[in-house]
Amino acid sequence: MSLMGFTGLVILRIRDLFGVVMLSGIYSLLGAMVYVVMDAVDVAFTEAAVGAGISTVLMLATLALTTRTERASKGLRPMPLIVVLATGGMLFYATLDMPHYGDPEAPIHRHVGPHYIEKSAEEVGPPNIVTSVLASYRGYDTLGEVFVIFTAAMGVLTIIGRVPRRQREGRKDTGGPA
Amino acid sequence: MKEKPVLRVVSKILIAPIMLFALYVQFHGDFGPGGGFQAGVIFASAFIIYALIYGGRASRAVAPPWVTRLCLVIGVLLYAGTGIVGMLLGGNYLNYSVLADDHHAGQHLGIMVIEFGVGMTVAAAMITIFNTFARYRND
Repeated sequence: MSLMGFTGLVILRIRDLFGVVMLSGIYSLLGAMVYVVMDAVDVAFTEAAVGAGISTVLMLATLALTTRTERASKGLRPMPLIVVLATGGMLFYATLDMPHYGDPEAPIHRHVGPHYIEKSAEEVGPPNIVTSVLASYRGYDTLGEVFVIFTAAMGVLTIIGRVPRRQREGRKDTGGPA
Repeated sequence: MKEKPVLRVVSKILIAPIMLFALYVQFHGDFGPGGGFQAGVIFASAFIIYALIYGGRASRAVAPPWVTRLCLVIGVLLYAGTGIVGMLLGGNYLNYSVLADDHHAGQHLGIMVIEFGVGMTVAAAMITIFNTFARYRND
Protein backbone atom coordinates (compact mmCIF):
# COMPACT_ATOMS: atom_id res chain seq x y z
CA MET A 1 0.00 0.00 0.00
CA SER A 2 2.77 2.46 0.92
CA LEU A 3 4.52 1.47 -2.32
CA MET A 4 1.33 2.43 -4.17
CA GLY A 5 1.31 5.81 -2.48
CA PHE A 6 4.98 6.32 -3.35
CA THR A 7 4.37 5.40 -7.00
CA GLY A 8 1.46 7.84 -7.11
CA LEU A 9 3.66 10.67 -5.80
CA VAL A 10 6.37 9.92 -8.35
CA ILE A 11 3.76 9.93 -11.14
CA LEU A 12 2.74 13.41 -9.98
CA ARG A 13 6.29 14.70 -10.00
CA ILE A 14 7.79 13.51 -13.26
CA ARG A 15 7.18 15.24 -16.58
CA ASP A 16 8.22 12.45 -18.95
CA LEU A 17 4.95 10.81 -19.95
CA PHE A 18 6.66 7.58 -20.99
CA GLY A 19 7.80 7.16 -17.38
CA VAL A 20 4.30 8.02 -16.18
CA VAL A 21 2.80 5.23 -18.29
CA MET A 22 5.34 2.70 -17.02
CA LEU A 23 4.75 3.76 -13.42
CA SER A 24 0.98 3.51 -13.77
CA GLY A 25 1.51 -0.05 -14.98
CA ILE A 26 3.53 -0.71 -11.83
CA TYR A 27 0.79 0.96 -9.80
CA SER A 28 -1.76 -1.45 -11.28
CA LEU A 29 0.42 -4.46 -10.50
CA LEU A 30 0.77 -3.28 -6.90
CA GLY A 31 -3.01 -2.88 -6.80
CA ALA A 32 -3.37 -6.45 -8.05
CA MET A 33 -1.09 -7.60 -5.23
CA VAL A 34 -3.28 -5.79 -2.69
CA TYR A 35 -6.32 -7.60 -4.11
CA VAL A 36 -4.53 -10.95 -3.79
CA VAL A 37 -3.77 -10.14 -0.16
CA MET A 38 -7.48 -9.44 0.32
CA ASP A 39 -8.31 -12.84 -1.26
CA ALA A 40 -10.05 -11.27 -4.27
CA VAL A 41 -8.21 -13.35 -6.87
CA ASP A 42 -10.65 -12.67 -9.70
CA VAL A 43 -10.38 -8.91 -9.28
CA ALA A 44 -6.59 -9.15 -9.00
CA PHE A 45 -6.48 -11.13 -12.23
CA THR A 46 -8.52 -8.50 -14.05
CA GLU A 47 -6.47 -5.66 -12.62
CA ALA A 48 -3.21 -7.30 -13.70
CA ALA A 49 -4.48 -8.09 -17.21
CA VAL A 50 -6.44 -4.93 -17.95
CA GLY A 51 -4.80 -2.32 -15.73
CA ALA A 52 -1.18 -3.33 -16.08
CA GLY A 53 -1.29 -4.95 -19.51
CA ILE A 54 -3.78 -3.50 -21.93
CA SER A 55 -4.07 0.05 -20.59
CA THR A 56 -0.30 0.43 -20.60
CA VAL A 57 -0.15 -0.63 -24.24
CA LEU A 58 -3.04 1.65 -25.17
CA MET A 59 -1.45 4.58 -23.34
CA LEU A 60 1.79 3.94 -25.22
CA ALA A 61 -0.15 3.92 -28.48
CA THR A 62 -1.70 7.24 -27.49
CA LEU A 63 1.73 8.63 -26.67
CA ALA A 64 2.88 7.65 -30.13
CA LEU A 65 0.04 9.74 -31.55
CA THR A 66 0.59 12.74 -29.29
CA THR A 67 3.65 14.11 -27.48
CA ARG A 68 5.94 12.57 -24.90
CA THR A 69 6.44 15.41 -22.47
CA GLU A 70 3.91 17.15 -20.30
CA ARG A 71 3.52 20.90 -20.72
CA ALA A 72 4.69 22.72 -17.59
CA SER A 73 1.78 24.24 -15.69
CA LYS A 74 1.83 27.92 -14.85
CA GLY A 75 2.11 28.42 -11.10
CA LEU A 76 -0.23 27.20 -8.40
CA ARG A 77 -3.93 27.68 -9.08
CA PRO A 78 -5.99 27.70 -5.86
CA MET A 79 -9.41 26.66 -7.20
CA PRO A 80 -8.57 23.04 -8.31
CA LEU A 81 -6.66 22.53 -5.05
CA ILE A 82 -9.68 23.59 -2.99
CA VAL A 83 -12.02 21.32 -4.96
CA VAL A 84 -9.69 18.32 -4.60
CA LEU A 85 -9.14 18.90 -0.89
CA ALA A 86 -12.86 19.33 -0.23
CA THR A 87 -13.78 16.17 -2.15
CA GLY A 88 -11.01 14.20 -0.48
CA GLY A 89 -12.07 15.45 2.93
CA MET A 90 -15.67 14.42 2.30
CA LEU A 91 -14.58 10.96 1.12
CA PHE A 92 -12.48 10.50 4.26
CA TYR A 93 -15.43 11.65 6.37
CA ALA A 94 -17.64 9.10 4.61
CA THR A 95 -15.24 6.25 5.39
CA LEU A 96 -15.75 6.91 9.12
CA ASP A 97 -19.31 5.60 8.74
CA MET A 98 -18.27 2.51 6.81
CA PRO A 99 -18.08 -0.83 8.62
CA HIS A 100 -14.62 -2.19 9.39
CA TYR A 101 -12.99 -4.48 6.85
CA GLY A 102 -14.09 -8.07 7.52
CA ASP A 103 -16.91 -7.06 9.87
CA PRO A 104 -19.48 -9.90 9.69
CA GLU A 105 -22.29 -7.51 10.65
CA ALA A 106 -21.62 -5.18 7.70
CA PRO A 107 -24.72 -4.60 5.52
CA ILE A 108 -22.96 -6.07 2.49
CA HIS A 109 -22.63 -9.42 4.29
CA ARG A 110 -26.25 -9.49 5.44
CA HIS A 111 -28.20 -8.73 2.27
CA VAL A 112 -27.93 -11.20 -0.65
CA GLY A 113 -24.37 -12.30 0.13
CA PRO A 114 -25.25 -15.23 2.41
CA HIS A 115 -27.86 -16.42 -0.07
CA TYR A 116 -25.26 -16.53 -2.87
CA ILE A 117 -22.69 -18.27 -0.71
CA GLU A 118 -25.05 -20.91 0.64
CA LYS A 119 -27.26 -21.55 -2.36
CA SER A 120 -25.12 -20.93 -5.44
CA ALA A 121 -23.80 -24.49 -5.63
CA GLU A 122 -27.37 -25.77 -5.55
CA GLU A 123 -29.04 -23.11 -7.71
CA VAL A 124 -26.35 -22.44 -10.31
CA GLY A 125 -23.67 -25.09 -10.02
CA PRO A 126 -20.13 -23.88 -10.68
CA PRO A 127 -17.76 -24.16 -7.71
CA ASN A 128 -16.49 -20.62 -8.33
CA ILE A 129 -19.13 -18.41 -6.73
CA VAL A 130 -17.75 -15.31 -8.44
CA THR A 131 -18.58 -16.84 -11.80
CA SER A 132 -22.12 -17.76 -10.72
CA VAL A 133 -22.77 -14.25 -9.42
CA LEU A 134 -21.28 -12.53 -12.46
CA ALA A 135 -22.80 -14.69 -15.14
CA SER A 136 -26.05 -15.90 -13.66
CA TYR A 137 -27.37 -13.89 -10.70
CA ARG A 138 -26.04 -10.64 -12.12
CA GLY A 139 -26.30 -11.53 -15.80
CA TYR A 140 -27.85 -8.19 -16.67
CA ASP A 141 -24.95 -6.25 -15.20
CA THR A 142 -22.40 -8.32 -17.08
CA LEU A 143 -24.37 -7.84 -20.28
CA GLY A 144 -24.17 -4.12 -19.61
CA GLU A 145 -20.41 -4.36 -19.15
CA VAL A 146 -20.05 -6.16 -22.46
CA PHE A 147 -22.02 -3.38 -24.11
CA VAL A 148 -19.69 -0.84 -22.51
CA ILE A 149 -16.66 -2.58 -24.07
CA PHE A 150 -18.50 -2.82 -27.38
CA THR A 151 -19.38 0.87 -27.26
CA ALA A 152 -15.77 1.77 -26.44
CA ALA A 153 -14.51 -0.07 -29.51
CA MET A 154 -17.25 1.51 -31.62
CA GLY A 155 -16.34 4.96 -30.32
CA VAL A 156 -12.67 4.53 -31.17
CA LEU A 157 -13.61 3.26 -34.62
CA THR A 158 -15.94 6.19 -35.28
CA ILE A 159 -13.50 8.83 -34.11
CA ILE A 160 -10.19 7.65 -35.55
CA GLY A 161 -11.18 4.48 -37.40
CA ARG A 162 -10.94 6.05 -40.82
CA VAL A 163 -7.58 6.87 -42.32
CA PRO A 164 -7.33 10.70 -42.32
CA ARG A 165 -8.36 12.35 -45.56
CA ARG A 166 -5.02 14.10 -45.96
CA GLN A 167 -3.19 10.77 -45.97
CA ARG A 168 -5.66 9.12 -48.29
CA GLU A 169 -5.34 11.92 -50.82
CA GLY A 170 -1.57 11.84 -50.47
CA ARG A 171 -1.58 8.14 -51.17
CA LYS A 172 -3.81 8.62 -54.17
CA ASP A 173 -1.43 11.23 -55.53
CA THR A 174 1.56 8.95 -55.35
CA GLY A 175 -0.23 5.73 -56.25
CA GLY A 176 -2.56 6.81 -59.06
CA PRO A 177 -1.54 7.15 -62.70
CA ALA A 178 -0.26 10.62 -63.45
CA MET B 1 11.23 -4.28 -34.06
CA LYS B 2 11.48 -7.16 -36.48
CA GLU B 3 15.28 -7.01 -36.59
CA LYS B 4 15.72 -7.74 -32.86
CA PRO B 5 16.42 -11.51 -32.74
CA VAL B 6 15.76 -11.91 -29.01
CA LEU B 7 12.32 -10.32 -29.24
CA ARG B 8 11.48 -12.30 -32.35
CA VAL B 9 12.41 -15.68 -30.90
CA VAL B 10 10.89 -15.05 -27.47
CA SER B 11 7.64 -13.81 -28.94
CA LYS B 12 7.44 -16.81 -31.25
CA ILE B 13 7.86 -19.13 -28.29
CA LEU B 14 5.42 -17.22 -26.11
CA ILE B 15 2.50 -16.43 -28.40
CA ALA B 16 1.13 -19.97 -28.58
CA PRO B 17 1.21 -20.56 -24.78
CA ILE B 18 -0.40 -17.14 -24.23
CA MET B 19 -3.32 -18.10 -26.46
CA LEU B 20 -3.57 -21.52 -24.83
CA PHE B 21 -3.57 -19.90 -21.40
CA ALA B 22 -6.32 -17.54 -22.54
CA LEU B 23 -8.45 -20.51 -23.58
CA TYR B 24 -7.73 -22.20 -20.24
CA VAL B 25 -8.80 -19.08 -18.35
CA GLN B 26 -11.88 -18.86 -20.55
CA PHE B 27 -13.16 -22.38 -20.04
CA HIS B 28 -11.86 -22.96 -16.54
CA GLY B 29 -13.60 -19.86 -15.20
CA ASP B 30 -16.32 -21.98 -13.57
CA PHE B 31 -13.81 -23.71 -11.35
CA GLY B 32 -11.07 -21.19 -10.67
CA PRO B 33 -10.43 -17.49 -11.01
CA GLY B 34 -10.95 -16.16 -14.48
CA GLY B 35 -13.63 -15.82 -17.08
CA GLY B 36 -14.46 -14.09 -20.30
CA PHE B 37 -13.07 -10.65 -19.50
CA GLN B 38 -9.64 -11.84 -18.43
CA ALA B 39 -9.43 -14.45 -21.16
CA GLY B 40 -10.37 -11.91 -23.81
CA VAL B 41 -7.68 -9.53 -22.67
CA ILE B 42 -5.03 -12.27 -22.59
CA PHE B 43 -6.04 -13.51 -26.02
CA ALA B 44 -5.86 -9.98 -27.39
CA SER B 45 -2.44 -9.46 -25.84
CA ALA B 46 -1.07 -12.30 -27.98
CA PHE B 47 -2.17 -10.38 -31.09
CA ILE B 48 -0.83 -7.13 -29.69
CA ILE B 49 2.62 -8.66 -29.07
CA TYR B 50 2.61 -9.94 -32.62
CA ALA B 51 1.63 -6.53 -33.95
CA LEU B 52 4.26 -4.76 -31.84
CA ILE B 53 7.07 -6.98 -33.05
CA TYR B 54 6.16 -7.83 -36.62
CA GLY B 55 4.26 -4.63 -37.41
CA GLY B 56 0.62 -3.82 -37.96
CA ARG B 57 0.59 -5.04 -41.54
CA ALA B 58 1.56 -8.60 -40.57
CA SER B 59 -0.90 -8.58 -37.70
CA ARG B 60 -3.71 -7.41 -39.95
CA ALA B 61 -2.92 -10.26 -42.29
CA VAL B 62 -3.62 -12.68 -39.42
CA ALA B 63 -6.70 -10.90 -38.11
CA PRO B 64 -8.11 -8.55 -40.76
CA PRO B 65 -10.25 -5.66 -39.48
CA TRP B 66 -13.45 -7.18 -40.83
CA VAL B 67 -12.83 -10.37 -38.83
CA THR B 68 -12.27 -8.54 -35.54
CA ARG B 69 -15.29 -6.29 -36.15
CA LEU B 70 -17.41 -9.32 -36.92
CA CYS B 71 -16.23 -11.04 -33.70
CA LEU B 72 -17.00 -7.85 -31.78
CA VAL B 73 -20.61 -7.99 -32.88
CA ILE B 74 -21.01 -11.78 -32.67
CA GLY B 75 -19.83 -11.78 -29.06
CA VAL B 76 -22.47 -9.27 -27.97
CA LEU B 77 -25.15 -11.03 -29.98
CA LEU B 78 -24.15 -14.38 -28.47
CA TYR B 79 -24.69 -12.99 -24.98
CA ALA B 80 -27.93 -11.17 -25.74
CA GLY B 81 -29.12 -14.06 -27.93
CA THR B 82 -28.65 -16.57 -25.09
CA GLY B 83 -31.03 -14.46 -23.05
CA ILE B 84 -33.57 -14.44 -25.85
CA VAL B 85 -33.29 -18.21 -26.36
CA GLY B 86 -34.05 -18.57 -22.65
CA MET B 87 -37.12 -16.40 -23.14
CA LEU B 88 -38.29 -18.44 -26.12
CA LEU B 89 -37.95 -21.62 -24.06
CA GLY B 90 -40.28 -20.18 -21.44
CA GLY B 91 -37.94 -18.65 -18.85
CA ASN B 92 -37.06 -15.08 -17.96
CA TYR B 93 -34.51 -13.14 -19.96
CA LEU B 94 -31.01 -14.52 -19.15
CA ASN B 95 -32.42 -17.41 -17.13
CA TYR B 96 -30.28 -20.37 -18.22
CA SER B 97 -32.09 -23.11 -16.32
CA VAL B 98 -34.45 -23.73 -19.22
CA LEU B 99 -31.64 -24.21 -21.76
CA ALA B 100 -31.27 -27.92 -20.99
CA ASP B 101 -33.42 -30.63 -19.43
CA ASP B 102 -31.40 -30.58 -16.25
CA HIS B 103 -31.41 -27.34 -14.31
CA HIS B 104 -27.68 -27.48 -13.51
CA ALA B 105 -26.72 -28.44 -17.03
CA GLY B 106 -28.75 -25.51 -18.34
CA GLN B 107 -27.02 -23.06 -16.03
CA HIS B 108 -23.64 -24.50 -16.95
CA LEU B 109 -24.35 -24.28 -20.67
CA GLY B 110 -25.67 -20.75 -20.37
CA ILE B 111 -22.68 -19.52 -18.39
CA MET B 112 -20.30 -21.21 -20.83
CA VAL B 113 -21.94 -19.57 -23.84
CA ILE B 114 -22.21 -16.09 -22.41
CA GLU B 115 -18.64 -16.21 -21.09
CA PHE B 116 -17.53 -17.16 -24.57
CA GLY B 117 -19.46 -14.19 -25.92
CA VAL B 118 -17.82 -11.92 -23.36
CA GLY B 119 -14.36 -13.24 -24.23
CA MET B 120 -14.94 -12.80 -27.94
CA THR B 121 -16.17 -9.23 -27.59
CA VAL B 122 -13.39 -8.21 -25.20
CA ALA B 123 -10.64 -9.74 -27.34
CA ALA B 124 -12.04 -8.26 -30.54
CA ALA B 125 -12.55 -4.87 -28.91
CA MET B 126 -8.98 -4.75 -27.60
CA ILE B 127 -7.49 -5.81 -30.94
CA THR B 128 -9.68 -3.31 -32.79
CA ILE B 129 -8.80 -0.43 -30.49
CA PHE B 130 -5.09 -1.24 -30.64
CA ASN B 131 -5.07 -1.62 -34.42
CA THR B 132 -6.99 1.61 -34.87
CA PHE B 133 -4.55 3.52 -32.68
CA ALA B 134 -1.54 1.96 -34.32
CA ARG B 135 -2.85 2.55 -37.80
CA TYR B 136 -3.91 6.17 -37.32
CA ARG B 137 -0.57 7.69 -38.11
CA ASN B 138 1.96 5.18 -39.37
CA ASP B 139 0.34 3.39 -42.23
